[in-house]
Amino acid sequence: MPVPRPVTFTRIVNTTPVAVVLYVMIVAVIVWASYTGAQQMGYNWQWYQIPKYFYRFTDDGFQVGEIITGLWATIVLSLTSFILATVLGLGVALLRLSGLVVGKGVAVTYLEFVRNIPLLVLLYLFYYVLGPVFGFDRWTAAVLTLAVFHSALISEIFRAGINSVANGQWEAAASIGMSRAQAYRYIILPQSVRFMLPPLTGEVVHLIKSSAIVSVIAVAELTTIGRNIISDTYMSFEVWFTIAAVYLALTLVLSFGVSAVEKRFQSET
Amino acid sequence: MTKSPIIVANGVGKAFGDFHALTDVHMTVHKNERVVVCGPSGSGKSTLIRCFNGLENHSSGNLTVDGIELYPDSPEIRQLRQDVGMVFQQFNLFPHLTVLENLMIGPMKVRKLDRAQAEATARKYLERVRIPEQADKRPAQLSGGQQQRVAIARALCMEPRVMLFDEPTSALDPEMIGEVLDVMVELADTGMTMVVVTHEMGFARKVADTMVFMEAGRIVETSPPETFFTNPTSDRARMFLDQILEH
Ligand SMILES: Nc1ncnc2c1ncn2[C@@H]1O[C@H](COP(=O)(O)OP(=O)(O)OP(=O)(O)O)[C@@H](O)[C@H]1O
Ligand SMILES: [Mg+2]
Repeated sequence: MPVPRPVTFTRIVNTTPVAVVLYVMIVAVIVWASYTGAQQMGYNWQWYQIPKYFYRFTDDGFQVGEIITGLWATIVLSLTSFILATVLGLGVALLRLSGLVVGKGVAVTYLEFVRNIPLLVLLYLFYYVLGPVFGFDRWTAAVLTLAVFHSALISEIFRAGINSVANGQWEAAASIGMSRAQAYRYIILPQSVRFMLPPLTGEVVHLIKSSAIVSVIAVAELTTIGRNIISDTYMSFEVWFTIAAVYLALTLVLSFGVSAVEKRFQSET
Repeated sequence: MTKSPIIVANGVGKAFGDFHALTDVHMTVHKNERVVVCGPSGSGKSTLIRCFNGLENHSSGNLTVDGIELYPDSPEIRQLRQDVGMVFQQFNLFPHLTVLENLMIGPMKVRKLDRAQAEATARKYLERVRIPEQADKRPAQLSGGQQQRVAIARALCMEPRVMLFDEPTSALDPEMIGEVLDVMVELADTGMTMVVVTHEMGFARKVADTMVFMEAGRIVETSPPETFFTNPTSDRARMFLDQILEH
């Protein structure tokens, strides 16, 4: 017969009904606080204005609203930056693992440099300094900033993933005459993807969120669109709640998508 | 039998820091010869055969394998490894590939055979190690004995001129040792030049042309099996044999 476990605080709080009630109460308090806060400021809620920034029907027919345009720009910006960051990150990781003293030196310097500069300063560096020097526009400056910043984190993910493949795999590859490059390509990297997929997803989400910072150089992505709408309408509460929800929706969809892919991948190996 | 040497070690030494894993090793392996290397744990057996295909760089002496003089970062080392097969204690199969792909990847990517040729070779050697029906499985779905036979087939698919074995049966459950040794005996019967590190003395008696006994990084005794098993010249080898034959 199982010994009845003592009733503890954690056990009470973790029973489903208690947890649900607590959760609803916490959400209610937050919503109530923002509403009463807004009410006291004499805030004039205009939620009915929001849908037209997603889509509208005019005489020309269906039209996409500004928020959707901004969301699309954020997706393209993040995707471009992520692809570039992955290429850079892989390069840095391979340099670091190359066994060349020079390679390791260059990689470590790059990593320390990128890691110890605030993202905002990096953005200014690309936009105000390197932009004029090399003649690229704000979009390119934004992509490069995000790519460089995230390549540092991604290179660590690659390095950890590559190192988690057993050493015997290198030896087996070498023993059939493979070069280092062939061993990476056919043996090591395919195996390390399994270790890298979860942290890489986290990194995409991180990148999408930090892409908001490029609104300070007025790249027309989601956050910039939000600012523009507010400067026309003064609906800061509705717009920021909406923009936050759109980011949340985007990153959640992404996380669910990747975890589905991961499951398929896990069952295959 | 023509006596053309394939592996010639001349005063080979290997240091890890100030620890000497190999000291002044002299050894010659001729074409079609089967050499069995034994000795206590830590005596340098693995280090020695890993030097033979450049997985370990020797730090002194001369080592020539298949006519190629080995030295660190030699550009010829990859060519050499294609002609020297290696079987590891832990199998080291590629877990993300099927059995067939494990066998085909070397011939295709390294030997540059086309897919059909590579597959024909792979199936031939899978047949040889008696597991043709496992071609489409992943290594993890096979027993240890089957995995090691796949590993042997993978090495054979490169059509090597020498095969190196580093304790191929010591990671196996006892009931699977036989199936792997059988495959190795058959391979010996085809005339393959083999260097085998093993403590399976029954196998050694059956196939060895030469027994090599190592201790503390040195070759203590090199003799034909008849002499080695009945009347070893060194006391060390005698003690070692007494110990392992007791079991
Ligand atoms: N990479 C290394 N770095 C430092 N020492 C090493 C390294 N590889 C091997 N050694 C040492 O060299 C000695 C010989 O090792 P080796 O693996 O060749 O022995 P072995 O005869 O194969 O033993 P076993 O029967 O346990 O496999 C051991 O003392 C080992 O600790
Ligand atoms: Mg060993």
